[in-house]
Amino acid sequence: MRVLAGAGFLAGIASVPAAAQETVQVMDKGDVAWMMIATILVLFMIVPGLALFYGGLVRTKNMLSVLMQCTMIAAMVMVIWVVYGYSMAFGGGTGAYWGGLGKVFLAGVTPDSMAATFTDGVVIPEYLFIAFQMTFAAITPALIVGAFAERIKFSAVMLFSALWVTVVYFPVAHMVWDASGLIFNIGALDFAGGTVVHINAGIAALIGALMIGPRIGYGRDMMAPHSMTLTLVGAGILWVGWFGFNAGSNLEANGGATLAMINTFTATAGAILAWAGLEAVLRGKASMLGAASGMISGLVAVTPAAGSIGPVGAIVLGAIASGVCYYFVAVVKARFDYDDSLDVFGIHGIGGIVGAIGTGIFTSPALGGMGGEDFSIASQVVIQAKAVGITVIWCAIGSAVLFKLVDLVLGLRVDVEAERLGLDVSSHGESAYHS
Amino acid sequence: MKYIIAAIKPYKLDEVRDALTAIGVRGMMVSEVKGFGSQSGHTEIYRGAEYAVNFVPKLKVEIAVPEALADDVVDAIRKVAKTNKIGDGKIFVLDLQEALRVRTGETGEDAL
Repeated sequence: MRVLAGAGFLAGIASVPAAAQETVQVMDKGDVAWMMIATILVLFMIVPGLALFYGGLVRTKNMLSVLMQCTMIAAMVMVIWVVYGYSMAFGGGTGAYWGGLGKVFLAGVTPDSMAATFTDGVVIPEYLFIAFQMTFAAITPALIVGAFAERIKFSAVMLFSALWVTVVYFPVAHMVWDASGLIFNIGALDFAGGTVVHINAGIAALIGALMIGPRIGYGRDMMAPHSMTLTLVGAGILWVGWFGFNAGSNLEANGGATLAMINTFTATAGAILAWAGLEAVLRGKASMLGAASGMISGLVAVTPAAGSIGPVGAIVLGAIASGVCYYFVAVVKARFDYDDSLDVFGIHGIGGIVGAIGTGIFTSPALGGMGGEDFSIASQVVIQAKAVGITVIWCAIGSAVLFKLVDLVLGLRVDVEAERLGLDVSSHGESAYHS
Repeated sequence: MKYIIAAIKPYKLDEVRDALTAIGVRGMMVSEVKGFGSQSGHTEIYRGAEYAVNFVPKLKVEIAVPEALADDVVDAIRKVAKTNKIGDGKIFVLDLQEALRVRTGETGEDAL
């Protein structure tokens, strides 16, 4: 049986039993139940989690457009996933860049098809693996919309997302998680998708923000978030859902899943405290948006690391990522004056890169990580940097070409009048709030 | 008849209402407004983006009263709305030409 995906972190932390004889395949109902829950938790991250987190950050006149973009992208990518996305990422092909077309329309998959986990001989139903991975594909392009919120044309964001998952997401997912993938085979550790999901989304977001340009009145008009309340509701749902994302990436309900779980608590807590603490010291007041931003940056940073670092190292990793993200959104963005409206690059891109590099450090057993005795921080960090570099280059070029293409075909922005009126009314013909 | 417009701090509304009903005022209109006078706004920061909030939220209270009651109303509002800090608000008194009660058609002071 074909080796399936997910095993990214095994390559780095080699603890595979030597005698990998063709043992009896066992499916555990406990694993299946947990992975079904985890899959639904990741869906919950998209709607309503991410939708509300982003929705609260825009102005009232654009609230529905953001909710709509998150919902529609997720639905569209689910369809694309079963049509050809799963095959491109995990279709069984042994290319370094994609999985081929062998499982287009999920050809050959039945309820009896099984997918491997990290434990030899332990399997889960392939439909479950397909559904779990589907939610990852669905959330990633939805993350990007924060960069060009409040001005993007709805048709453009849909076309871009369909092309982007095809050209960027599926190949990168294959490269990182499939046993024949390019990044997998250099030994990079990416437990739950720091490169595939967060660096990918963050880089595409930066390219998008630069190519689409700032909102009308950016830096002059009042553009404060319209509902910090909904933003915290969304952030909290994201945190809860992230346990499906991280602990679910273990593919089994065992000790490894609980390690990812505790790390998803401690890294996030460290990050929240760090962001709020920095604000309190640097500007005298700790803000709720700061706490929520710290929460997301910690979650992003621990994503690649959740299965291989220790819970105390996770606190430090989360805090470092939080501080670096704070610097990017509060200082660097202002200096370079690009309008990454909801800080997708500043938090997902930067947090993802810090997390990816940090995974190479905190996996060390000297720092409480799960790496073997021969684990070398220096060499692992080089591998992690290579994985980041490949992802950044692939994603940046792919995204730039696709944004240009969509601009030529449809145009990326709504016209000035529609932007002033707000996308809710001008793109969707409805209003979020009536007074 | 006089028409009195008062801008007050939002949390003073109930005190103003009580003081006015105590001296015989039988109706008022209240709306949430924003504005500025001597009181300047404040700054809000969202992830490093600073916004100056130049307009301060206030409540606008509008009262139509018989001429004889006007001075008492102004005094009553001033007494309870005053905190001795910038931003306590302002009171304007206008001459009121006519009033009419929609239900009965009464006019003048009978309509108040």
